[in-house]
Amino acid sequence: MIDTRKNESVFVSGDEAVALGVRLSRPQVISAYPITPQTIVVERLSEMVEDGSLDAKYIHVESEHSAMSAAMGASSVGARAFTATSSQGLLYMAEGLHYASGGRMPIVMMNANRSLALPWSIFGDHRDSMSMLDSGWIQVYVEDAQEALDMTIQAYRIAEDPSVLTPFMINLDGFILTHTYELVEVPRQKEVDSYLPPFSTPNKMSLETPKSMGFSTSPADNMEFKYQQHKAMMDSMEVIKKADKEFSEMFGRSYHGLVDCYQCDDAEYILVTAGSVTGTARVAVDTMRIKGIKAGVLKLRFMRPFPEQEIRNILSGAVSYGVLDKDISFGYEGTMFTNVNSALSGSKNFPRGMNFVGGLGGRDISVQDIEEMFIALQKCPDNAYGDYIKSRVSFVNMGVNINE
Amino acid sequence: MKTQLQDYKHPEIKPVWCPGCGDYAVLNAVQKALASLEVKPHELGVVSGIGCSGRFSHYFNSYSLHGTHGRALPIATGLKTAREDLTVLVAGGDGDGLAIGGGHIAHAARKNIDLTYIIMDNTIYALTKGQSSPTSHPGAHTKTAPYGVYEDPLNPIAMFLSYDVSFIARTTSLKIKEMEKLLTDAIRHRGFSIVYVMSPCVTHKSLTYDDIKSHVPSLPEGYDPTDKFEAFKYAYKEEMYMGLFYKQEKPTLNERLESIRKEVTGSSYNKGHTMTTSQIMEEYL
Ligand SMILES: Cc1ncc(C[n+]2csc(CCOP(=O)(O)OP(=O)(O)O)c2C)c(N)n1
Ligand code: SF4
Ligand SMILES: [Mg+2]
Repeated sequence: MIDTRKNESVFVSGDEAVALGVRLSRPQVISAYPITPQTIVVERLSEMVEDGSLDAKYIHVESEHSAMSAAMGASSVGARAFTATSSQGLLYMAEGLHYASGGRMPIVMMNANRSLALPWSIFGDHRDSMSMLDSGWIQVYVEDAQEALDMTIQAYRIAEDPSVLTPFMINLDGFILTHTYELVEVPRQKEVDSYLPPFSTPNKMSLETPKSMGFSTSPADNMEFKYQQHKAMMDSMEVIKKADKEFSEMFGRSYHGLVDCYQCDDAEYILVTAGSVTGTARVAVDTMRIKGIKAGVLKLRFMRPFPEQEIRNILSGAVSYGVLDKDISFGYEGTMFTNVNSALSGSKNFPRGMNFVGGLGGRDISVQDIEEMFIALQKCPDNAYGDYIKSRVSFVNMGVNINE
Repeated sequence: MKTQLQDYKHPEIKPVWCPGCGDYAVLNAVQKALASLEVKPHELGVVSGIGCSGRFSHYFNSYSLHGTHGRALPIATGLKTAREDLTVLVAGGDGDGLAIGGGHIAHAARKNIDLTYIIMDNTIYALTKGQSSPTSHPGAHTKTAPYGVYEDPLNPIAMFLSYDVSFIARTTSLKIKEMEKLLTDAIRHRGFSIVYVMSPCVTHKSLTYDDIKSHVPSLPEGYDPTDKFEAFKYAYKEEMYMGLFYKQEKPTLNERLESIRKEVTGSSYNKGHTMTTSQIMEEYL
């Protein structure tokens, strides 16, 4: 067993790193239903609960709908709740996702990013979580197992902040992160306890704050609630930055807030990525730099709240930018691309943009694929917005040469 | 030409179950029952849920649909409603049918829709590699209960009886002849039938061949499957009894609709609910 009194480095998978992060965060109620590639998290957590190393109750629910429902019930009385899912399971939770965010229940969930049926695929892409972008959950996409563990702890800190009170989804690329073993540093319990105090909120049913929950609104007052929810999400940006700063002071690791940049300062061609593919893109940037091409990567960590200002500042200095989406909103383009474009629309200098859709159903994205994207960005035509299908959205690694 | 067992086998797709998996026997028995009933492959629809057992539908050279987890029954209900001429089989596991999809059995029973539901119970979520299911034994070691399951298992037969499923049978992957006979009767049965098969998982060893060799007596000679109280009694016995537990003839969903239609012909929807513009003028002006 890992001794959380000492600073220890352990060799674990992303799923296990999350389980360790959950244990350090001391939730009171865990409810989950297994689904590949999330299963290891729920297995480790049920083991920790049974062996008593995690003083929580684990509800072996019969479905994801019940997993989210149980988390809602726990949160309604002020308990710290955790759940985890993936893909079909996330979709099956959809009703609860909106309910939890509307009820301002700061539940934390791990989502193992996986494709959606049909056709069936257990492999990773971002179509599951991107389709839930409007459910009112904070969404972070992590790059490695260490970030997964660290963000699990930060997630509670951010979600439970009185100005935020919004549920939090930590996204890990299925298999690439969930099942790959990495060296991960496990923070000390004592330090985590001081970084993350017990959850306390007036938004709960208790004798001190008696109330009943789950009320209805009329057309006359519904919008006020939605406004508050939106405001909390917007305000969470500062809370996220502060949580990152304090975390780095305490544990020595910073993730730079809402976005993370690699070689962006003087970059002419910037690729926007999310999740594990960022690591591959970093390598591609290095090889492009050796060739004298000023490439950079903007790692989009948070999809909600959306870091509009950061994106505008960083991308508007580029000659052209690309967005690598592991998702597509059929009939238009990748969801990240739409969001990035919207952020840029207010800037004076709107560089040319291209959308690379790749990795669907777990298809590999190699360093070479990303190098090709940078080459395409160099040639990015002025009329990138003219011939939509041909030059704006390209499908990566489908036997179609994106430079044609 | 008579249909042969081979006619139901998919020409290219071969089962990928582990060697020794109990589900092979179920697949064979189902296909034999179909052959004996001379259901032509093009008159057959197989819908399955998600799980190792959920792969069932892929192995038929017929109409087959691999549904979503827990939704095989409502998908099959839609299919059967649109194509009443088809014989429709539904297949899945204990997790698919009794956990995430558990709510649907009651409603298929209430409708008495003409489907045959084959549940392969290995007391585990096998496809996701060994987590507890609603039929896992207390004390069993699973991936989500490494120190022993601490919840009570369901009693599926008692549950189906209280839902008033009109045909309920239980068997095992070892009782091939009995399984074939029960399946034949179930498919022939007009209405919702369930054949519940204790089907071992050799990989996770949650249910072994030894388990289904001992403590699985057959329902006694002279057992009356129309006696529901007797069925309940045997459903609650310590040993796991095998055979036809319960059978009841009652109209199917479609037959009920038809009889309502016969009664109300002549009256029309238009008369009750909609008005022409001139009628509105007359009424309100
Ligand atoms: C909505 C949803 N949740 C979870 C899963 C993951 N999952 C696939 S099969 C399965 C359990 C299968 O168990 P069972 O029905 O008993 O079938 P077996 O594999 O044992 O035959 C689970 C949880 C899924 N595919 N979809
Ligand atoms: S894991 Fe178990 S249920 Fe699945 S195919 Fe193998 S033996 Fe059968
Ligand atoms: Mg099973």
